Amino acid sequence: MDIQETQRLLSEYLHELANLFHRLPGSAIFLRYVKSSYQNDPIRSAVELFLFLFAVRYLLAPKYSTKPNVVQLSDDEVDDLVDEWTPEPLVSKPSALEEMEVEKRAVIVGPIGPKSKLSNGRTVMNFGSYNFYNFNTNESLKEKAIQTLRNYGVGPCGPRGFYGTQDVHMKTEADVAAHLGTAACIIYAQAFSTVPSVIPAFSKRGDIIVADKGVSYAIRKGIQISRSMVRWYEHNDMEDLERVLAKVTMEQARKPLTRRFIITESLFESYGDMVDLPKIIELKLKYKFRLILDETWSFGVLGRTGRGITEHQNVDAAEVDMIVGSLAGPLIAGGGFCAGSEEIVHHQRISAAAYTFSAALPALLSTTASATINLLQNGPETVSQLREYTKIMRAQLYPRSDWVYCSSAPENPIIILPIKPEVVASKRLNIQDQQFLLQDIVDECLANGVLITRLKALDDNFEPKQVIPPALKVCVTLGLTKKEIEKAGTTIRHAITKVLSKRK
Amino acid sequence: MPRRPSNSPSVNDSAIPPSSSSTKPSTKSNRLSQLFSSSPKSKAESQTAQTSLQNASAGYYPNNTAPPISSASLSLPTISLSTATADNPNMDEPPTTLFQPPSPEEARRLAKQHAQFGPLGHHSHRYSSRHPGGVFPEPVMDEPPYYYLLTTYISYLILIAFGHVRDFFGKRFREENYRHLKPRNGYGALNSDFDNFYVRRLKLRINDCFERPVTGVPGRYITLIDRATNDHNKHFYFTGTTTDTLNLSSYNYLGFAQSEGPCADLAEESIRKYGVSTPSTRAESGTHDIHQEVEDLVARFVGKESSMVFSMGFGTNANIFPALVSKGCLIISDELNHASIRFGARLSGASIGMFKHNDMRDLENKLRDAITQGQPRTHRPWKKILVVVEGLYSMEGSMCNLPGLVTLKRRYKFHLFVDEAHSIGAIGPRGRGVCDYFSIDTSEVDILMGTLTKSFGANGGYIAADKPIIDKLRATNSGVIYGESPAPAVLIQISSALRIINGEIMPGQGEERLQRLAFNSRYLRLGLKRLGFIVYGHDDSPIIPILLFNPAKMPAFSHEMLRRKISVVVVGYPATPLVSSRARFCVSAAHTKEDLDRILTACDEIGNVLQLKFSTGIAGGAFPENEEVTPPPEMEKEWRRKRAPRIIPPRWRIEDVIRRGVQDVKAPLY
Repeated sequence: MDIQETQRLLSEYLHELANLFHRLPGSAIFLRYVKSSYQNDPIRSAVELFLFLFAVRYLLAPKYSTKPNVVQLSDDEVDDLVDEWTPEPLVSKPSALEEMEVEKRAVIVGPIGPKSKLSNGRTVMNFGSYNFYNFNTNESLKEKAIQTLRNYGVGPCGPRGFYGTQDVHMKTEADVAAHLGTAACIIYAQAFSTVPSVIPAFSKRGDIIVADKGVSYAIRKGIQISRSMVRWYEHNDMEDLERVLAKVTMEQARKPLTRRFIITESLFESYGDMVDLPKIIELKLKYKFRLILDETWSFGVLGRTGRGITEHQNVDAAEVDMIVGSLAGPLIAGGGFCAGSEEIVHHQRISAAAYTFSAALPALLSTTASATINLLQNGPETVSQLREYTKIMRAQLYPRSDWVYCSSAPENPIIILPIKPEVVASKRLNIQDQQFLLQDIVDECLANGVLITRLKALDDNFEPKQVIPPALKVCVTLGLTKKEIEKAGTTIRHAITKVLSKRK
Repeated sequence: MPRRPSNSPSVNDSAIPPSSSSTKPSTKSNRLSQLFSSSPKSKAESQTAQTSLQNASAGYYPNNTAPPISSASLSLPTISLSTATADNPNMDEPPTTLFQPPSPEEARRLAKQHAQFGPLGHHSHRYSSRHPGGVFPEPVMDEPPYYYLLTTYISYLILIAFGHVRDFFGKRFREENYRHLKPRNGYGALNSDFDNFYVRRLKLRINDCFERPVTGVPGRYITLIDRATNDHNKHFYFTGTTTDTLNLSSYNYLGFAQSEGPCADLAEESIRKYGVSTPSTRAESGTHDIHQEVEDLVARFVGKESSMVFSMGFGTNANIFPALVSKGCLIISDELNHASIRFGARLSGASIGMFKHNDMRDLENKLRDAITQGQPRTHRPWKKILVVVEGLYSMEGSMCNLPGLVTLKRRYKFHLFVDEAHSIGAIGPRGRGVCDYFSIDTSEVDILMGTLTKSFGANGGYIAADKPIIDKLRATNSGVIYGESPAPAVLIQISSALRIINGEIMPGQGEERLQRLAFNSRYLRLGLKRLGFIVYGHDDSPIIPILLFNPAKMPAFSHEMLRRKISVVVVGYPATPLVSSRARFCVSAAHTKEDLDRILTACDEIGNVLQLKFSTGIAGGAFPENEEVTPPPEMEKEWRRKRAPRIIPPRWRIEDVIRRGVQDVKAPLY
């Protein structure tokens, strides 16, 4: 064993290693790379080696917080800060308006009908509920509901996805779809939760919504939660809508195609006026937008058989991509619906939050909805009678009153009466003053045996803020004589005059 | 106790037309047969006389003596047809005595009634649930061998790979099926190809396990409308028949889903008196006297000064948060909170933080961070912090750690919102929810929210709090201003259910319902643990999820249970984490012990076939080493720890599970 021997062994091992290295896949590339980068300049290689080691070190380094300016504090300091912190109370004190709002709510003893008994013992004519056709006191509907109750119990005790889909729900869905003339329909357990769930099911971040400035609170919530890009157009202004659509189309021309929606109501909750559906359909087809139409206040009201605005303005319901409506209100059942094509309905069954995560509609409300739709289909004279009564009531109030005007469409049984702008200007009334005055009118009417309400509005945190003129709300109902309607109209008119003329 | 005379099975046999799914049993048949065929639903599956005899006799034995059930007889799942021990006390007398069998009408009435709410089998089948005090234990999360986790991931990989292959060819040769996923004619795609992949390629395969249509009352039994498919679950058609199944799927905790009895009678009366609906909002003219009555009743029931009720549980949560918090406030929410809470929280405009499910240490860290660091960027202190938890989590079966939360609340001064959607009525010795269970004063919780859909068989939700808070919310909660008012029948169902629980109507019945639910929950949970299933959640929770893991086991489990005429809910991704697909049992007070034994037997068989028994034993259910020296139940835990320091995976035989169930159920389950 001497030094040559060791050298020989060493070189043998090196040779072996080199062989092994050459056999590795990719080793040739590596060698070529090292040779080409060396270029007779050892510093180059050294720098590269250093860079390589730095990269390894960087990758293995422990993670650190990327949150900017987090102040590091000791435990004692944290404890002090915790002691110091005083949170606001959960809710603030109610304002005068809010107190009045809660205090003045009428409590009805017994059934809601054209004449309702209040908790103070008086019986008044009820122009405050959506019982337009007075189906609520219909004995055959009651019997039908009781029959359902005796077969299904009250609650379905589960969401639709898990054994909450009852045959009656499928029947109601089919009935609504058939009545409207759409391919399919889906029902929700509450009308107010329907639109806020339908909109985000389709319109996501990055999609575009063009909406009327005067849409209802529910639609605003739906738009808010969808996080889509919103463009507003002036309330019921078709020219402005076209301008907005053209602008959006221009802006988006070079960007990838996203979903685009027009959202509006057929009868507006806050104004009562009607949309020009044929014009909207024309624009939507021209600019290739989909239309979400909220028929909450028109389904069961407009048209010859209460099919809604599509029947009233002679539009094929299939032209509207999504018709959202309510089964509560005049249909005296409960819940809401969305009608459209198979795909649109099917998509909601998986992705609409208020459908998938909520218990189903009680069976007895579902069968009632089917029954009332049937009543409307077979009794167009009921619908026309309501329209006649609405005319009588309107004639007493507008344009005969000097103090209020009517923003509702003539066919709308919900008559919305804001104070005339010139009156507001001359008496310098702010929104809150108007609300108090209107409540005085409501009280005055109630003292004379007529129950009406104010248009309710709630401020929300969604920009841009919506300012709805405060108004009175008179809901016409069948089940009274024409004389009584006339008399009630006169009472309301006189109450308005009495209260507003007193105000300096 | 003697066994039933041997002539009874033959009689029994004749009373049950085999495999008839839509015909009622012939009431003109042998009157004697009525005696034995007070079956809850007459549409029974065909079964051998032998098994019916043995099942029937099993119910008669005091619970700790062994009924002579051989495993052979249990291989065939059966409905225990003679359930009604209370109704037919003379059952083991020979039929030659003076016993008068019930008239056919009476028998039918009883059968219908028992299909909605089973009679109590034995006075020992009751229990009262309450937190024993001390530290609230975390539920033990057992894990399966790695083999199952690995195969689960591989299964999903295969499913996804197959999905993409099918899409690849589908998009080329069956273009019409993909139209709504592609931009067309200048319209954007209605839903994105990527989002739709899961629905199209994974969920569609098991669609027949979801949205099964039903009819009738979702009580102890539920009637499924049979359907079949020709195009791989894309569309279904009805076969025209129905199947009665034992209902483990509805949230009918206290068994108030009934079409008869005091609740339904009062509801009927209310429809006659008030009409079907309240066609207005609460703020306009939709407030009845009964609304106020129900609100008072709910407030008194949950132990708060004031409450308000709404027509939809989801809507209650979706609308409440904007009225409580706004920009500059912080919501800290449990990561497993329900979608409705997330929906409402997003609408409120407040910042939203999350903490790990039920992890008080994580919550404390989050709170300390939030209070010291303040709002992002500006570092202004938060206006208020609202911690939102659920009382009972619907997918996990775990309860919130209320004692821990209350301790933290005192220190960190946040506001506490507890969603009792599943826990109200279902938990606590008096059914008052988690506060009752933990014996915590309700004043410690700021807002108690709950649904009226689940335990009370009605619909809607409530918010209960101190009077000043509710008074303010009545003016600022959008659900009051715009939401439709609850219908009279629904309100009366709520009030009558609450009064039954209170003992105002039919004293004793409410208590029985609460105690039976508590017993049933623990009995089924213990049984499943002993059989070797991985069960999540706390002992007293009526929601019992058993873990399936592999995606293919979801439909398999559901189908096998359906074959044994039991309807269960299976849930997988995205409602649960990807790996932990599960089946969820919702126990009801309407179930009898025999029903639970039937479920256990079915689970035992299916568990063997599908290899679902993979618990390690850390969650309890271990086999006692020596039965002769079994200690009293309260000592068992200590004793077992001393005797068997090594945890043995429990794999009990079904006979032993049933034999020892009632006796062991009142001890801690692990």
